[in-house]
Parts: sequence; structure tokens; C-alpha cells
Amino acid sequence: MSDLKKIKDEFLSKLSGKLDISEIIQIKSDLFGKSGLISTQFKKIGTIAESERKKFASDLNIIKDELQDLISSRINELESAEINKKLEKEKIDITLPERSFVRGKIHPVSQTIDEISSIFSEIGFSVEEGPDVENEYNNFTALNTPENHPARDMHDTFYLDEKKQKLLRTHTSPVQIRTMLKDKPPFKIIAPGRTYRSDSDQTHSPMFHQVEGLHIDKNINMGHLKGCLNYFIKEFFEVDKIKMRFRPSHFPFTEPSAEVDIGYEMKDGKIIIGEGDQWLEILGCGMVHPNVLKNVKVDPAKFQGYAFGIGIDRLAMLKYGINDLRAFFDCDYRWLSHFGFDPLDVPTNYRGLSR
Amino acid sequence: MIITFDWLKDHLKTNLKEKNLLEQLTNIGLEVESVKSLSGDNELFKVAEIIKTEKHPNADRLKVCDVNIGENEIKKVVCGAENAKKGLLTIYAPPGAIIPKTKTKLVVAKIRGVTSYGMLCSESELNLSDESDGITELTREFKKNIGKSYFSKSKSNLIDLSITPNRPDCLGVRGIARDLAASGFGKLVDLREKKIHSKNRHTLKVKINKERGQGCTAFGSCLITNVKNSESPKWLKDKLISIGQKPISAIVDITNYVMLDINRPLHAYDADKIEKGIIVRNSKFGEEFTALDNKNYKLESGMCVISDNKGVLGLGGIIGGTRSSTEFNTKNILLESAYFEPGSIRNTAKKLNLDTDAKFRFERGIDPLSIEDGLDKAAKLIKEICGGEISKIDIQKIETYKTKKIKFDPNIFEKISGFKISLKEMIKILKDLGFEVKKDKKRLELTVPSWRPDISQEVDIVEELVRISGYEKIKYIEPIKKRKKSTLNKYQKLFHFLQRSVASKGYLEAITWSFTDKRYNDYFRDIKKEIKIINPISSELGVLRNSIFSNLILYINKNLDRGFKDLSIFEIGPIFNGSNPGEQNTVICGLSAGKKSRLSWIEKDRNVDVFDVKRDVVQTLVEAGYNSEKFFIDNETPNYYHPGKSGRLFLNNKKNQIAAYFGEIHPNILKQIDIKTESLVGFEIFMENLELPKKTLKDLKVKFSFSDFQKSERDFAFIVNKEVKAQDLIDTISNVDESLIKDIKVFDVYEGDNIPENQKSIAISVTIQSSERTLNENDLEKINNLIIKNVEDKTGAKIRS
Repeated sequence: MSDLKKIKDEFLSKLSGKLDISEIIQIKSDLFGKSGLISTQFKKIGTIAESERKKFASDLNIIKDELQDLISSRINELESAEINKKLEKEKIDITLPERSFVRGKIHPVSQTIDEISSIFSEIGFSVEEGPDVENEYNNFTALNTPENHPARDMHDTFYLDEKKQKLLRTHTSPVQIRTMLKDKPPFKIIAPGRTYRSDSDQTHSPMFHQVEGLHIDKNINMGHLKGCLNYFIKEFFEVDKIKMRFRPSHFPFTEPSAEVDIGYEMKDGKIIIGEGDQWLEILGCGMVHPNVLKNVKVDPAKFQGYAFGIGIDRLAMLKYGINDLRAFFDCDYRWLSHFGFDPLDVPTNYRGLSR
Repeated sequence: MIITFDWLKDHLKTNLKEKNLLEQLTNIGLEVESVKSLSGDNELFKVAEIIKTEKHPNADRLKVCDVNIGENEIKKVVCGAENAKKGLLTIYAPPGAIIPKTKTKLVVAKIRGVTSYGMLCSESELNLSDESDGITELTREFKKNIGKSYFSKSKSNLIDLSITPNRPDCLGVRGIARDLAASGFGKLVDLREKKIHSKNRHTLKVKINKERGQGCTAFGSCLITNVKNSESPKWLKDKLISIGQKPISAIVDITNYVMLDINRPLHAYDADKIEKGIIVRNSKFGEEFTALDNKNYKLESGMCVISDNKGVLGLGGIIGGTRSSTEFNTKNILLESAYFEPGSIRNTAKKLNLDTDAKFRFERGIDPLSIEDGLDKAAKLIKEICGGEISKIDIQKIETYKTKKIKFDPNIFEKISGFKISLKEMIKILKDLGFEVKKDKKRLELTVPSWRPDISQEVDIVEELVRISGYEKIKYIEPIKKRKKSTLNKYQKLFHFLQRSVASKGYLEAITWSFTDKRYNDYFRDIKKEIKIINPISSELGVLRNSIFSNLILYINKNLDRGFKDLSIFEIGPIFNGSNPGEQNTVICGLSAGKKSRLSWIEKDRNVDVFDVKRDVVQTLVEAGYNSEKFFIDNETPNYYHPGKSGRLFLNNKKNQIAAYFGEIHPNILKQIDIKTESLVGFEIFMENLELPKKTLKDLKVKFSFSDFQKSERDFAFIVNKEVKAQDLIDTISNVDESLIKDIKVFDVYEGDNIPENQKSIAISVTIQSSERTLNENDLEKINNLIIKNVEDKTGAKIRS
């Protein structure tokens, strides 16, 4: 038996026994240290007859690799056993609660405004705003509602001065006036915002939200109005089909004027939009009155178009099944947490309005 | 406006059903608000007489009444009405009847131990009127009806229409019938009133004073002498009852009927109570009269009054007076049919806070040509029912009605409505609505009916045509998905960003009123002007808010009362600086109460503090694109913040506009509001003061540079006077060499042992890195020395050895 074979057999048997890390390291040094058994054999290569030298070197390399592999695998084995043992001791109760986190929410009215803006953005409307405090002219007179017009009775107005010249806007329509006075036609805007009426009961609150729409251009007719609102309502309620009814009404600032009802039915106490044969009034609209256009220096012979006003709170209630309007402004933490939206849920065109 | 289908049929021949009617009314713009049933169980409500009342044995306010309900049947009924007394004729509802107002079904019930069989009803319970004070009192006339049903057998429902203010003509049944007929729902019955041909003189002189602002332009009247006023005949009573009105006397009922039927308000005076003649004039300041509502009114000057020699008889077109009112013994009547200016009516009624059926109609505009028709119709009915002789009609006028004419281009119809109807159809609709139509080349020359004050221009005609042809004919034109202008401007984008950014830091968004309680507003008003609402909904909502805190603190307190302890809420919305349009700012205001990590097994709890809100403010602004390295912060804050624990933030050291305040809310306010929380901190970010970031995201992303050379961190500890600010040290260090000093961190602030009194130690770590080379020990030493020297020189600090 050659020396090599002897070394190999001896150490294979040694390494198969039960060893701790230091013993293995000792073996490693016995074999591969400066004067280790394997190292010594390598030094011998030069002295071996040329005819046998090649084979000897090859055998030696094979044995070296085999022993080396075995040693490192034994070391790994022991080391990982040791780590595992340590980790086992570190085990915690993973069912303990996580570190606390806070969750903010976006108010359903804000979310609804963003949804509305997103829908109208798709068909080319931009967003305009106006002040909450208005003068009498912008809120009424310019909108073809002169003093002593009975239509003013329907707007229970909050006034800020005895002469009744300054007031809290009763609708978002004065933004129409401001926008048209500021720019030149065409106009294609929506104007969401706070509105105020001195009215307070179960279904009315002294402050609420409206979104105004205005589209003025050449040849815009009632068909465009119908198409636009039909598109909006369908998109907003995220339904394929909607039942809509336009019926004549009267607003001083539009003519012809219409109120729009949508069809619904009650199922298990919840409103289902778009089905059934009940009607629900949701908005007022019409063709902008030529007197209004004249008041803002737009030539009614050249330009015409439509305007609409929608109650935002009402839309939010219908879409999200909120029963009580007054709760919107009551700031109850439980209500805000329940009906509020995650700030990451930004309504957009590409990902849709809601989840 | 309440109508019944039966009454409509006086004016309209139709075979259609009520269901179709309701639909059609709404389709032509006469919105059906509600349909109430007066029939159904109606026959159960009987005329009855109280024959005996006794005090309830167990209740002071209740009575036990024996009620005769006909055919010698006596019922015991417990009743709480004060006016329940022996002999009173009233309306009895038996068990099983459904009370129209409350829709509750009556049952035999024990009331405080006494069994009551049915109920005696008030007018309001029967939807007859709003009168809920006591039970219905019927006149002696009804004695013969005891045991019979009070309501007639009509199965007609009460149809309540919401008539828009532009359509006074539809405040009469005939006007509604006319619209329906034009829309193809039956045929309008021709009811031309026969003229009164009388030879009797009208002996009461009527004069309209020609004075400035005279509210009456025409006053028609006739005398009816030797009448015998009485109960109305059954048909007339039934008519009024059928729409929920209570009959009073023939003369009053007739004037009411004519008003409801053809929208022609009338007034009947007892002619014998008028001194000499009628003068229609402006009131003088301080004049008084007692109106038919039994209230005394003190008049301002310039109100249109009907008067005689003795003084005011009534307010023209609004309400009559008691002095000249008709009664059952009235013998001679002056019947008035006049035209009053809507503006004048409205002004007077508003000033006196009066609302009557006549006022409601006159302020919308009565048909000026209906004066004679009204007199004809009413006088004839009075004669028929009450007898007497009718005089000639006298009409005084200070203005003559001019017919309105409109030239209408039929092409405009399609231009506005987007659909077509034939010229023939147009002409038919307009004629049916009462227009006179003449064709003039390409246009139609239209004479507007006198009952349509709302029509004055072409677009009004378009509306009529669209309305009557039906809104369902309007096409749906799909909107085009094209955008010429961005949806939001930069400022609006910032608004949305900040809103969601603050919410993402754990704040719940609230929306509260723009007005608030003066008391709360005062806590947060600082130096701002108070803005009062002249007519607030309640005194607690009497002023516009000068700060959002006033509302948020109120609501946070309510939530604390609900048992919540750790709360964060915010609102983004307007605050007001003045009462002119535009004197408002958009503010994001947040409040945080309580603790962080309350009842946590893993983290130690602590109160929320000023550095929490400082982080929220700074992080929000940084996320929005502002450079925090340029922020300038000091401690000048409004008086509602804790003076020592609050800050003011500017976007840069030019200090132009305040970007935000943050800090603890002043402890005095917490004490006064009695708010129970460990800590309350808040912030305000002023949107308009945020200069829009000049760089867009696109700009910011372009250049990407960094240094790979080794960086070094050096720590310094300085001892400074207590009032020296950390920011001063940071600014000084950063000025030493902006190209080399990459980061500065305050990692410890310490006062106490080993530090002299009134001084503190601030420990700072400075990161130094060059973008050109690796710095050697020499370089670093130089910078170190510079840092120490500058800080010591500028802030009086001493480096701690």
C-alpha cells in the first residue's frame, strides 16, 4: 500500500468520527500545515522517477481535494449546528403586537371632489375656484337673479353686512361669473367648493359642497349637456348603465333649465343606482341664459353652452351609503375613520376611481 | 300648489289616468312633489258632536268626552284639547282609522286608566291646515251632518306641485290644465266667463293716488248689495276640502275658489264699513292696522295700502284688515280685483315678514288682464249663493298693460336644443299655450299671453317648445375625450399634495363649518378682525373663523369626551381675514392630542410634543418639494401657542412670508375650554404663503451627482449660553465651507451636572467630504479648527475638552 493510500484511509476514518471544531482544525493542520502529511508528499514530487511522477501527482491531487472537501464540509456542518443552536435560544413570541402605527384618512367629500375632477379631466374640463365670501352681484344679480326675484327666497342667504352686499355664496355659480369675466371663451370648467345656506335640519346643513360645471363654446347645445352628464354619472357610480331623466325646471341663470333624476331601487336597505323605477333628484342644469352671458361680456349670438350644479355631499352619500348629511361635518373620530379614505387611494384615470 | 285630478277636469277633457297625469306634469316642468291621499279611509272620519265633557279622573289636562257620532251612538273619547266642550261640532276618527298626518292607525286604548274609543282630530292631524291648537271646530251648519263622513266621497288624491317662481299662471288650476292640453294631455275646456251686464251704479268711489312708487296700477271693483252671507253650498265646500282647505263662509270661500281656479286673487270688503270711498295710496310712516291674522302691523312709509277716510283698511295684494272684513251678517260687499306690482308686494311683505296666498301670487305676477274675469266669475257666484244685486264694474288704472311681442327665429330652436321639430308643430304648441302667432317671412311674430310675465325673449320661446315637446327628445351627444388645458393648476396640485401628505402622517381629515362660536374664535383670533354673520343660524355659529383651530379644538374635545385619548385631526380650508371677497386664506391646520405609544409592550409611551408637529410640518413641506436646508425657524408665534414651545417657519431666510406655525396650544386656552388630555400640539401651514416650487420634478431629476471620495465624521461638543439656538451653531458650521460640509447633526443637548448654570452643552456631528479628492489628516484638522473657531467667535461657545 502506497503512502498516499495509507494517509487517505487513515484520515477518512478519522474524519468520519465524532469531532469538535478544534479537533478538525488539528487534522487540517496535520495534513496541510507546513510540514503536514500532504504538504510533505507534494514536496516529494520532484524526487519521484519521471515515469511515475505524473501518476503520483495526479493521485496526490485527488486525495488532497477529497480530504479538503471533507474537512470544510465538516466545519460548515458544525458551524451551522452551532448557529442554529444559538438562534433557537433567540426565539421570540411572534404573536406579540407589532410596533404601533397610525393611519390618516381623507374625508369622503375630498375624495369625492377628486373623483369628480378626475372624471371631468378626461373630457377636457379644468378646475376653477372662487372665494367663499361673495358680493351680491356675483352671487345673484350677474346670474340673472335681480333683487326682488322670488328665486332668491330659495336661497336662505347668510349676510355679512346690513346692506346685504356681502354674503356667503349660496352656490358655486358665481365662479362662472368670475371665470368668464377673467378670460375669453371658450370655457370648459368645473368649480367645486363650499356653499352656504341658512338652513339646518335632518337633510340640510348650513354648509355643504357643490360642483359647478360650465361649457361655453360655439354650437354647444342641450345634447352636449345630456351627453356630458350621462357620461359623468355613469363614471362616477362606476356602473355600465344608468337610468336618467331630464325634466324641465327653472333657474334664473339657465334657460332652458332642467333637473336631473337618476333611477334607483332599494335592496336590503341600500340604494342601488341605475336600477329600479324610483327617481332621485341629483342635480340642476341648463343652457346658460343669454342675460348671464351679456353680463360677463360674452356675445350670446356667437357663444352658447351649458352649466350645471351638483351637490357633492349628496353624491358621496349615494355612492358610499352614508345616511346622515350632518355627520359629514360632525368630526366624529369613528365616523371619519370608517368613511374616510386612505391617502394613497388617489382617484386617477388609469387605475380607476376606487378599488 | 295643491290640485286634484277632479278639479283639473273642470278645465281639461281627458280620458287618461291619474298615473299618466303625474308623469306628464313632471315631464312638462310642473314637478309633482308628493301625492297624498285624502280618500281611502276618509269615509271613516265623521262629523260628531260633543254632548258632555268630564275631567279625567287621573289627569288634569285631559277630558273624557261623550261624543255623538250619529244614529244615537255615543262614544267615550279621551281628549286633551282645551277647546273640547259640550256642544262643539268636530271631526271624530274611530279605531282603525289612519290619521293622515302621522299615518298611524288608531286603536282602542286606555289613556291613564280610561278607555278611549277613537279620537277627536285637529285640523293639522287631518292635513286640513297647520292648525294644531285644539280640535277642529265646525260651524252649526254641520249639525245636520252628524254621523256622516266629513270628507266627500271623492277618490281624488291631493297632488302637491312644486311650481317654479317663473310660472305664476300655474298657481291656478286653469294654467296647469292649459299646459297639459298643450302637451297633448287632453283638451282645454272653453270657459269664457259671461260679462256682467248691470245697470246698477257703482256708488263707492275708488281712487289710485298717482305717487312715486305706487304699487297698484289697476283697481277693479263692483258692489254687491243686499247679500245674505252663509255657509257655502256642498259642491264648493267639497271642492275646498278636496284640496285640504277649510271652508269658512260663502263669500270668503268664493274668493278663495276663484283664486285657486284661475289664479285671480280677490278681496271682499264689507262695503258698509268703508268710510266714503277707497283710496289706494302709499302708507305713511307709523300708520297701523289690524290684519285678518289678528295681528297689529305698524307700517313704514311707501307701502301700498287700501284705505278710506278713516285710515288703512288693508295691505294691497297681501292681506286685508279686520275693520272692513266680511262676516255672516254682512249685507253689502265691495269686491276688489286689482293689479299690484311684484316688487312692491315683495318689499312690503319682506319688511313686515308676512306671507299669504295673495302675496305669493302677486309677487310672481298676476295676469293683468284677469281683473274683469275675476270680478265676473266671483260676483256671479256670490249672487247665485248669497243673492243680492251686482253693480257695474269700475276699473281705475294708472297704467295700461301693453302686450309683449317677440320675433322668433325658428332656427334658434335646433341650435339650442339640438333636435328638430316642424314649424307646424311649433305653431301648434305656441297657440295651445295662448300665444298669438303670425308668420312673417322666416320668422314668427308672437304675442305673449298676458299671464306669462316670464316670457320676454327668444330663448324663452325655445324653453316653451322644448318643455312641451319633451326633454326626452334631446339627444345624447358623447363627450369628446380631449384636453386643451391641464385640469389642475400648480397651486391646486400643491393643495392636493399637501392634503394627502398630511393625512399620510396619521391625521384624519375633518371638514368643519367655515363659521364658528365667537368664544372659541376669540381664543385663536390673535390680532385679526372679527367677522360677524348678520343672520347666523345660531349664536354659536355667529362669526366667520379667523383660524381653523377654533373648530378643531371643539371637535377634538368632543372626541376626547367620547373616550378617545390619542387623536390627530386636520382640516384644509379657508380662514377669513375680512368680509370682502378674497380676504381669505387656505390653511392646513392639524391638531394632535394625547400620547405616542400608549399601552405599548415594546415602546415607552410619551406625550405628543412640539417636535412631533415640527416633523410633520417639515416633512410635509420637504415632500412637497421645498428645501429644508433653507428653512428659517424662529419662535415668534401668535398668542394662542405656548410662548416657549412653538415656532414659526419661513421657507428661506428672506423671511418674506410665514409658511407655517407649529407648537403647543397655550395652556390657558386648554384650561378655559376644560380640555382633558396629556398634551395638545398643533400646526398651521399657510398655502398662499408657499411660493410655488420653481423646479418641476422633471427639472429636479436631471442632474445626478455624488462623491465617491472618503467621507469623515467629526464630533464636537460645545458649551453655550442657554439662549443660543442650535440653528445658530448649525448655520455657523455650514458656512465654514459649504462645499466640504455635507451634513450636520445635533445628537445631544444636555443641561445639568458638570455644566455651569444658564449654559448647555450641544453635541454635533459633522460629515466632511470633498467631491475632488480624499482629504488627508491635515485638511481635516484645518476644517476642525475653523469650525471650532467660527462657532466660538460667533456664538460665544466653548468647545468641551
